[in-house]
Amino acid sequence: MADEKRIDEPTGTSFVGHEWDGIEELDTPMPRWWLYTFYACIAFAAVMVVLYPAIPMLHSASTGVLGWSSHGDLAKEMAADHARRAPVMHALEQTPIEQIPSDPKLLRAAQEGGHSAFKVYCTQCHGAGAAGAKGYPNLNDDDWLWGGDLKTIQQTLLHGVRQPGDDETRMSQMPAFGRDGILKPAEVQDVVSYVRFLSKQEGVTASSRRGAAVFTANCAVCHGDAGKGNRAVGAPNLTDGIWLYGGDRDTITETVTNARYGIMPAWGARLDPVTVKMLAIYVHSLGGGEKTPVDPVPAPAESPVPAAVAAR
Amino acid sequence: MAHPQDLTGDGQQFFEARRKVFPKAVDGPFRRLKWAIMLVALAIYYVTPWLRWNRGPYAPDQAVLVDLAHRRFYMFSIEIWPHEFYYVAGLLIMAGIGLFLVTSAVGRAWCGYACPQTVWTDLFVHVERAIDGDRNAQIKLQRAPWGPSKIARRIAKHSIWLVIGALTGGAWIFYFADAPTLGRAFVQGSAPFVAYATVGVLTATTYIFGGLMREQVCIYMCPWPRIQSAMLDEKSLTVTYKAWRGEPRSHGLKRAEPLAQVVLGTPSLVALIEQPELASRIGDCIDCNACVAVCPTGIDIREGSQIGCITCGLCIDACDGIMAKIGRPSRLIGYTTDLDARLAQAGEAPVPALKRLFRPRTLLYFGAWAGIGLAMLFALGNRERIGIGVLQTRNPQWVRLSDGSIRNGYTVKVRNMEERPRSVEIAISGVPGAVLWTEEAGRNQAARSVRVNVAPDQVAQVPLFVSAPGAGPTRADLAFTVRALDKEGGSARDTSFFERPEPTP
Repeated sequence: MADEKRIDEPTGTSFVGHEWDGIEELDTPMPRWWLYTFYACIAFAAVMVVLYPAIPMLHSASTGVLGWSSHGDLAKEMAADHARRAPVMHALEQTPIEQIPSDPKLLRAAQEGGHSAFKVYCTQCHGAGAAGAKGYPNLNDDDWLWGGDLKTIQQTLLHGVRQPGDDETRMSQMPAFGRDGILKPAEVQDVVSYVRFLSKQEGVTASSRRGAAVFTANCAVCHGDAGKGNRAVGAPNLTDGIWLYGGDRDTITETVTNARYGIMPAWGARLDPVTVKMLAIYVHSLGGGEKTPVDPVPAPAESPVPAAVAAR
Repeated sequence: MAHPQDLTGDGQQFFEARRKVFPKAVDGPFRRLKWAIMLVALAIYYVTPWLRWNRGPYAPDQAVLVDLAHRRFYMFSIEIWPHEFYYVAGLLIMAGIGLFLVTSAVGRAWCGYACPQTVWTDLFVHVERAIDGDRNAQIKLQRAPWGPSKIARRIAKHSIWLVIGALTGGAWIFYFADAPTLGRAFVQGSAPFVAYATVGVLTATTYIFGGLMREQVCIYMCPWPRIQSAMLDEKSLTVTYKAWRGEPRSHGLKRAEPLAQVVLGTPSLVALIEQPELASRIGDCIDCNACVAVCPTGIDIREGSQIGCITCGLCIDACDGIMAKIGRPSRLIGYTTDLDARLAQAGEAPVPALKRLFRPRTLLYFGAWAGIGLAMLFALGNRERIGIGVLQTRNPQWVRLSDGSIRNGYTVKVRNMEERPRSVEIAISGVPGAVLWTEEAGRNQAARSVRVNVAPDQVAQVPLFVSAPGAGPTRADLAFTVRALDKEGGSARDTSFFERPEPTP
């Protein structure tokens, strides 16, 4: 502390009294515009308090003269975004699903829209990456119970699986062979051996030879003589490497004994048609999508225009 | 805390009003150099966005363009993508080291000649002189009561300043969009809001900094004078008042009278005239204040080197003019180093200019500056205009296909940095039996490579599937190579993994 006001000779400014290792602080006056800038900031703040929400009240802040709110901003941006997307959504609504892939822009929009809808409605069962789980199909692979082309996927989405009250729902009913006493436990084990032989998980055994006969008598009607399944009735292919519930002996035994009845909501009743369309396109794009089968009508594939005319 | 007495003492000021500076017009070599640099700097600033550069049909034809919307930076034949930002960083580092180099070689030359604050302030000062007259007329007008003439002059001056400010801000926006298009839209009122906002803000800053605040920016706001003060050493050029030559100031012979009194013991000016050899005891400085009157920051250089001195050299011009009139040698005020000043005081020869310039410090700065520049030029000449980035799909990591093989998904980004469409081939290697295909082609088109067309100057995002036999390591390295199929060629490589499920026991 300086007792007397001391003056720095070269500058004529008084010392403040602070000293660090011989370096002293001078009481140099601030520029006046600095003070004015400070006043301007205070004035700015006062205007802001009047114009915008600022003062905390009992339930919410004061509303401000402009009536601005962050919720209002969000609503405006959402409305603007809806308006921006409207033409694309309209085009998606108007275009038949099998023609969307020929328009890259539309296809991309549908894939992205389907991806975000998938996150909301589908991940609970099929998982965020659509890899499924036991009893919930993996949508990335190339194995489909009912078919993997765009129209078929859309149909499955619209009407769901085993939805009561929907005439077009995917409905397959495998008998509970063991529980209902159609097959004896030994026969069940034989047919399991045969199914594991079909999927190349086991070699030929006496049990699988006996099972072949049981299979032909009981299973081939839906799964086919070679066990390759039948999409018309939703019977899975038993010869491939993909199992919805599991391909080990215990799991197949459980499946044959009690049968499986997985379900999926009929999304046509819950979502708008465009969202269902986008979901179908997204699922189709995951890697297992199949080509839409060409109609077996005698129209040549090279001339789609006459075919379209003929269709009208 | 300050002592209470300090706070209540007489004349204590917490805030100091700006002392307005009325720099007097001056002519001389440094003034003419400033004119030239000002013209070049302003010409570069205003003309650059309007230069055209043909890049073909797929890229803008503006020579210098910072295309923020599309994340591209064009500078004549060079195009910088965002991932090449290190070139911009390198330029900024070069600018920084360049300032160090200039400061160590020629002192605060940046402040005095090239700094935009200096250039625009100079421009504003000239406008002020054209309207209000030179220093004395300006001071007179300042003190005059408000009347029609003063109001008219003030309106004219501030209007022209605002116009210059608007033109300055207006030129800035043309660096960020096609200049002719934006210019038309700006005039028609259909330009984006951000363009008008930018022009508004830059008009305000130019007007306030160049017209109203001027030296306050240098003294209070700019960090650079402080940094430079720390960088100056005894071999740095500073504008120096040669006190050993100028002192004692004579202010004509009248001021020399007391001196004569001291020497001769008689209070006679006549005595001094009669004995001219005594004149050598009188300094060259006649205290005419010409150096103070022309100073744009309003300092007295005779008080020594100080933070307010931007080394613009105008006081040198002013003093040389006076020296010529009174018949004394020029450069009483001049660019000198502290070392030379000491040598001159001792009557020795100054350090040769070359020896002063080529000292370790400047050579080090120059080496670093040139090294970075050469490295960037080399990198620029050798850079690959094709790039690949591979992102493996993490959810699911793998998918088992019905034939028992394992499929992994990848998002491959191919950067075509040429301004023409290109056909490229993406190939994989590293995993035995692996094949790849695109979603649209389907698995029956699977092969060891796929061909993709990439739009000019664009990134193509290609979702790819790779499948390999189910038996194999849980994680194997998988390399992706992209190769341009046109005659210029070029290739790039990125690595990723191919993952399989853990083998079940």
